[in-house]
Parts: sequence; C-alpha cells; structure tokens
Amino acid sequence: MASVSTKPPLLSIEGLTISLPTAEGQRAEAVRGVDLAIGRGEIVGLAGESGSGKTLTALSVLGLLPGGARPVGRILFEERDLLASGRAARSVRGAEVAMVFQDPMTALHPMLSIGRQMTEHVRFHLRLSQHAADTVAVEMLDRVRIPNPREAMTRYPHQFSGGMRQRIAIASALAAGPKLLIADEPTTALDVTVQAGILRLIEGLRRELQLSVLLITHDLGVMSALADRVYVMYAGRVVERGARADVLAQPRHPYTRGLLDALPHGSPSDHPLRALPGSPPAIGRFPAGCAFHPRCRFAEDICRADVPDLMPVAPGRAIACPIDPLAAVPA
Amino acid sequence: MSESSLSAPELVVLPRRRFLRRSAWTQPLGLVGLALLVAIVLMAVLAPWLSAHGPIEQGARRFMAPSAEHWFGTDQLGRDVFARVIYGARVSLPYALQLVIMASVIGTIAGAIAGYFGGWIDGVIMRAADLVMAFPDIILAMAVVAALGPGLFNAVLAVVVVSWPIYARVVRSMLLTIRDEPYVQSSRLLGVSSARALWVDVRPNVVGPLIVLAALEFGHAVLILAGLSFLGLGAQPPAPEWGSMVSDGSKYFDKWWLSVFPGLAILLVVLAANFVGDTLRDALDPRTAKAFR
Amino acid sequence: MSYLRTSWYALPNLLRFVLRRLFVGVLLCLGVTLISFILTQVVPGDPVSANLGDRAASDPVIVAVFRERYGLDKPLPEQYALYLQRLVQGDLGESQQTHRPVTTDLGQYLPATIELASAAMILALVFGIALGVIAAIKRDGWPDQLIRIISLAGVSVPTFWLALVTLYVFFFKLGIAPGVGRLNPGGKAPPAITNMFTIDSLLTGQWATFSTAISHIVLPALVLAIYTVGSITRFTRAAMLESLNQDYVRSARAKGLPERTVILRHAMRPALAAIVTVAGMAFGRMLSGTVLVESVFSWPGIGQYAYKSALALDLRAIMGVSLVVAVIYIVVNMAVDLIYALIDPRIRLG
Repeated sequence: MASVSTKPPLLSIEGLTISLPTAEGQRAEAVRGVDLAIGRGEIVGLAGESGSGKTLTALSVLGLLPGGARPVGRILFEERDLLASGRAARSVRGAEVAMVFQDPMTALHPMLSIGRQMTEHVRFHLRLSQHAADTVAVEMLDRVRIPNPREAMTRYPHQFSGGMRQRIAIASALAAGPKLLIADEPTTALDVTVQAGILRLIEGLRRELQLSVLLITHDLGVMSALADRVYVMYAGRVVERGARADVLAQPRHPYTRGLLDALPHGSPSDHPLRALPGSPPAIGRFPAGCAFHPRCRFAEDICRADVPDLMPVAPGRAIACPIDPLAAVPA
Repeated sequence: MSESSLSAPELVVLPRRRFLRRSAWTQPLGLVGLALLVAIVLMAVLAPWLSAHGPIEQGARRFMAPSAEHWFGTDQLGRDVFARVIYGARVSLPYALQLVIMASVIGTIAGAIAGYFGGWIDGVIMRAADLVMAFPDIILAMAVVAALGPGLFNAVLAVVVVSWPIYARVVRSMLLTIRDEPYVQSSRLLGVSSARALWVDVRPNVVGPLIVLAALEFGHAVLILAGLSFLGLGAQPPAPEWGSMVSDGSKYFDKWWLSVFPGLAILLVVLAANFVGDTLRDALDPRTAKAFR
Repeated sequence: MSYLRTSWYALPNLLRFVLRRLFVGVLLCLGVTLISFILTQVVPGDPVSANLGDRAASDPVIVAVFRERYGLDKPLPEQYALYLQRLVQGDLGESQQTHRPVTTDLGQYLPATIELASAAMILALVFGIALGVIAAIKRDGWPDQLIRIISLAGVSVPTFWLALVTLYVFFFKLGIAPGVGRLNPGGKAPPAITNMFTIDSLLTGQWATFSTAISHIVLPALVLAIYTVGSITRFTRAAMLESLNQDYVRSARAKGLPERTVILRHAMRPALAAIVTVAGMAFGRMLSGTVLVESVFSWPGIGQYAYKSALALDLRAIMGVSLVVAVIYIVVNMAVDLIYALIDPRIRLG
C-alpha cells in the first residue's frame, strides 16, 4: 500500500503571495509565500489572528478574492492549477471545493427557500432534474440532522436557529458532492453549546464522505478538537506546521506558544494564563525581518534583520524561527 | 465582493463623525457643479454688464433668429432673449433660495421637536409629514396658488407647504441615531441637560447632512418654481422668469430659440446643484446617507 | 382589551400586516380630505368667491344657495363633517370652468392619465433597473460614471421643456413622432371599456387604432418617465451595491453558480423588493408630473384638467384632482407594501 506521503495531495498551494491595493494607491502583500497541502480525507487547520492572511488564502482557492487582490503562485487541485486557468477555477468552485462561512445568520439567502438554496447549484453542477436534486438535498439535510428534512426544504432561513442554519449551510455546501470543504470560522458565531455539535458533525462527515477539510480558525480549541495537521500563520506567512498533537503539545514557534499560553487550560496552577503582548500588525505595516519580533519574548538582533525560512525540524514538522524556544525557555 | 471576510482595518472611534470625506473636493463632478453654480451666480450679479439690452426692453424686431447682435434671438415683443435669460437668474435663484431656507427651517424645527420629544408629538408631526408627502407636490402647490392667487412668492409659499417634510424626516432620523451614540450618552451621564446635549453634541452632526439635503433640494426648488411659472401660476409677465419664458415660446412653436435657451438655463442650474449635492451625499457617512432615501 | 390583543396576535402574520396597512391607509385618506377641506373651505378668506368666482359671488341669490348648501354658517367641525359626507357620496362640487360636477370631469379624464402614467412607469422601471444594475456591477468604472451623469440629468431636466424639445425635434423637424393628442386628428376612439385607448383597442382587436394609440403614447410617456428613470437608477444602484456586499451573495458565488444567476437571482431579489417600494412613491410624483407633460402634449387627462382649472383659479376642480391623486398614491403604496410582504418570506411567514 502506498503511504499517504507518496500520493499527491488533493490540494497543494505553492508559494502563494496575495497583494492588495492600499488606500495610498500602492500594493501591500497580505499573504507571503504560503505553502500548504491537504491530503484526501484529511482535516487541516489553519490558525492565526485576524489579518494573518488565513481567510485570503482560503478565498484564493475558490477564486473569490476581493476585487483588486492579485494572487501569484500555484494552487494545484488534483493537478489542475486554479490560478493559471480561470476555467479550471470555475469548474472546481462549488462542485469540488465548497465553502461555509462564519455567520450562518447572513450566509443563507433570506428570501429563497431552503430547498432552492440546497438544489440550485446541485442542478447546475451535476445536471440533475429538480426532482433528483431534491432527493440529494433531503438526504444531505438528513445527514446533518435537520429534523423533518422534506418539510425543511419548503421553509426559509429565518425560521431556523443559528446552529440549524449552520447545519443547513454545511449541507448546502456538501450537496454537490465536493471533495474539499473550506470552513471559515464555522463555529465562531455560534453559542458554545452549539459549537461542539457542529464540530462533531464535520468530523462525522469527513469519515462518511471521505471529505477533506480546510478549517480556518483563530480558536486553537476548535483546532485541537478536529484537525489532523495544523498550520499557524502570522503576518501573511506560515510560521509553524506539524501534526496537531505535536504542535499543540509542544509548540516550537514563539507565536504558537504565545497563542497556546493565552488559552485557558485544564489545570491553571502549572500553566499560568498569559496574554500575548501587543496586537497583530495591519496589512501593509508588517515589521521587517521576522514579523513577530516586536511581540516576541526571545527576539534577538537576527530576528530584526532576516526573514526566517520555514525549516523542517522533525518529520512533518517545520518552524520559521532561528531560535529554538524549547531550548531557550526554562520548563 | 467578499470584502466583509477581510479583517477590517482597526476602527478608531472618533469623538464626532466627520461629515465629509476629504475626497469630496477632488471629485470632478462636484467641482464641475460648483464651478457652474459660481458662474451662474456671477452671471446673475453681473447681468447689467453682461448684456447690452435690458430684460424688458422692447427695442428690436420681433422673432429675430439668433445672430451676432442678438445671441439668443428676440421674442414676440422684440425683447432680447439673451438678456432675459441672464436676468432670469436674478429671479429664479433668489426665490429658490428663499424656498429652500423656509422649508429647511420649518422642517428642521418640526423634525427636532419630533425627535426630541418623541411620543405622541413625534407621532403627530411625522404623520402630518406623511400626509403632505402623499399629496402630488405640483398639484397641491397649484391648489395653494389658486387659493392665494398667482405670483412667485405665493408659489414659494405653496411649495414650502409640500417640501418641509423631507427635512423633518432627515433631522429626526439623525437625531434618533445620534442620541444613542456613546459620546452623547456619556455627556448625558455626566449630567449635561438633554437640551444642551442636543445643542452641543447633536447640532454639529445635523448641520452637515442638512446642507447636503438643501443642495439637493435647491435643484428641485428651481424645477418646481419654473414648472409653476410655466403653468402661469408663478412669475407674472413681464418678469424674465425661465419657466414662463419657455411657456411663451411654446406658443410660437417654430421659433425654437424662445424656449430652448431658458430651458437650458434651468437644466444647467439644476444639474449643477445636483452635481454638487450628489457628490456631497456620496461623501457623507453611509449611515447618514441612508436617511436621505 | 387583553382579549383583543390576544386575538390580534392569533391572526396570521400576513393578515395582521394587511389589516395594519389598511388602517394606516384609511387614516391617511382621512387626513388628505382634511387638508383638502382646509384648502378649499378655510384658507380662502371668502370661500364663496374662491369657489364660485367673483361674478357668481356678486349675485346674492347664488351666494345664499351656496352658503346654505355647504353649511358655511355652521362651525368648522360640522362643516368638515358635511364635507366628508358629500365626499363619500362622490360630490366634489361643481367645476366653475366646465359647469359640470368635478366627479364627472375626473371620471372622464382619469383613464387617459392612468394610461400615460402606467406606460411611463413601465418604461422607468425597465430603464431604471437595467441602468442601476449595470452601474452597480461596473462600480466606479466608466459605465458607472456615465450612468451617474445620465441619471442626474434625468432628475435635472425640466419636464415641460423636454416635452417641447422632443415634440419639436421628433414631430416638427424629423416627422418621426405623431403629433399631440391620444389619436390622430379625427381618429375614432375604440369602444369604451377602460377608456385607456391602448387597452381598449387591444381588447376589441382594433389593430390600426392600437398602433396609433401606442405611437401617440410613446413620446409623452418617455418624457414623463425621465425623472423617474433617474431616481430609480440611483436607487437600484445603491440597493444592488448593498445586496452584492451581503454574505449570501458570497455564498452563492462560493457555490459556483454562474455570475448571471448570482446577480439576477440572489442579488436582485432583495434589491427588487426595495425598488418596488420606491417605485410606489415615485408613482405619486409621476402623477403630478402629468400636469406639465399633458399640457404640452394636449393629453386629455387630469393633469391637463388641473392645469386649465388652475388658470381659471377653479379651486374645486384642482382640489378634486389632488384628492384623487393623493388617494391613488395611498392605494398604490398600500398595494406595493402588500407585494413586498408577498415577496419577502420574513413578513409573509413571520
């Protein structure tokens, strides 16, 4: 049997750089040389604060970047370069790559019935009759545990709660049978009690449908519940990547460590809650050298001068930091 | 597009909403409008020096086509159309201005009272506004003129009756939004009386939008006054009013210059006012601009 | 009281909405009659001469009859009650110009105006929505700039002047457009069904009359539509920009729907609901614009009737017109709100 590593990944982003127009009429790079790969059936988490470029990275896969944004690099989906060919991007969008957004209260169209929103893209992509598309949609609604799916098809978004709407949004995204689901903060807008249900749902769907998921979140708690592998982004760059368990148990980049220290843990006594000082830099005002150095406890002169490369430190593990904080920090 | 998914640039809470973005003054449309308005006002002021003839001087042959001597030709009484168009600015502009000032003052007071007191007073005033807005403006103005007698000033009064509600609505809605702003709330908490808060905190925020609205309504005022004069209910002969000049011209259909030039004058003034008003409206804070719809 | 409240909330959402809207509509109509009463009976210092004209007012017999009939010696509230009573019976008084009841006159002239205003409204909606959508899609590009200038010109041009100029150019100079009026001189009107010639000729299959009627309505309808095209364009652009910025439009794009579907179905729908409301309000302005257009195009509608009455200072006739127009405006806006409620499931289903 071929191991996972020899199989080409489902999605592979190589050297992606995205620049945005600034108010002053210049261009600023918001994403800088990101490499990212997702295997089949894999859940990859992409973490970072707002402005880190994680959402732009995800939108570029769908070709949904805001007007004026210019992506450079390669986005290979099953060997097709989505950046090189507009047609490839269009044929993939919605059919093979689907997306759910943060706020289910606004992501569904308020004036179209659930049935319409569940089936229109299914009919378009799979060339199904309305009847056949209805069958697919009802099955999918049932799969995300919407009670009375047949009746729900005739109803409208405002008649459902936030959690239910997010389930519907997920069902709608998956109805056309995509291979990759991009979930942008899918639980952030929901009540804590509802969040766990949505996360379990995504996990279950991954197994049932052999789905790959790119999970974008600033919440490492959500990440730890779901992701197989984790990428951490800061100021448009990937600063750490690795298997979820490794990264969360032993963060090697000071930024990842800072994020984790800011999380409440089980036992407060041995892990004092510590907030990251400062705030993430705005696009166009990224500091020179390692963009994190102004907030870093370990920053040295080299950090201010050179941009650190993402260097492998262990199998499947890489960090972009010249200093190994594990050695520098007393345990 | 999907801008909303981007992280917003850090929001700085300004103590006061700035009423215009600076870029308003670099918009070509607004500048063109402003230049046109200035030119027209100059034209009105300098009328006696710009025109060789007086507006009611009947010196020339009747119905002369435009020529080097009479740029816009002469009318049915042998008056110089160019002179009448130039002097016409001295009629239309002041009356329209008068109209806008009266309507905005009445509307502002009504809106402020409605927004400040709320409750049944608000209800009565705003229903009255709805009511007036239900009436067709020109026709109601015609009725008022018919009751008071024709004449430009009566026409102005008539149009004031139908145009105050728009100001009342804007002022009221501004008042209601601003009242809940944190800085107004905080000065209330500091014990500032609400009347004083209205004056100190709210007034600066209402004045800007009011000016924009007045600019937009100025064009409308010129149009409706000209319309009433066209119908014979506004300016009375021999006043050189553009609307009534167009009306005179319509009786001599083949003498196109009689109505084309005064009509163009109306179009230019209204267009200029709308260019300025529209540019200003675009530069308004989007939440404020919403009240204009 | 609480029983009333509970049973009110037990009503279906849509019905509650309709009832509330009807109630407001009736109140507005009442208010309109009050204003009309004040203008005809109270404002003129001498209602007799204002309503009858100076010549009749100098005849003591006529004056006495008039005072008796309108109860001018009674206190104002009672006068208003009498006024309302006559109104309900369809009595708007007599036009001093035509010497016929104003109601009869209005009945004769109204269909022509409704026909003209409806044709203009259709044109305004088609052009206004199309231009507004294009402007929104091409935001800040040259089509947007051009459309902005067009729509500003539309709300700036004096209607009566445009009517004259187009008539001069297309009829007098180019001979493309037919002359004024609803039909050619001497043309026979189709059998009266609705008294709207285009519809009547269509219903009775008189194709020649139909095409004449259409050719006669195009120019005045276009001129009348210009202002509304401007305002609907601007509003459509704003509504579309707002709608295109919504998350659900991004969702539709993420689902890979063709751009045409995203715009026409997902973005347009909420914008359309808003546009319908604005169109309702614009209809009122359009009806009053008929005064200026009809007088130039000799269109025998209530606008021209109001114009002639105003010249004769025939207060009753003008007030009759404004009353009718105001009521039409209120009814149209009520209908528009109902359409809105039907389009929007959030109101329809609560």
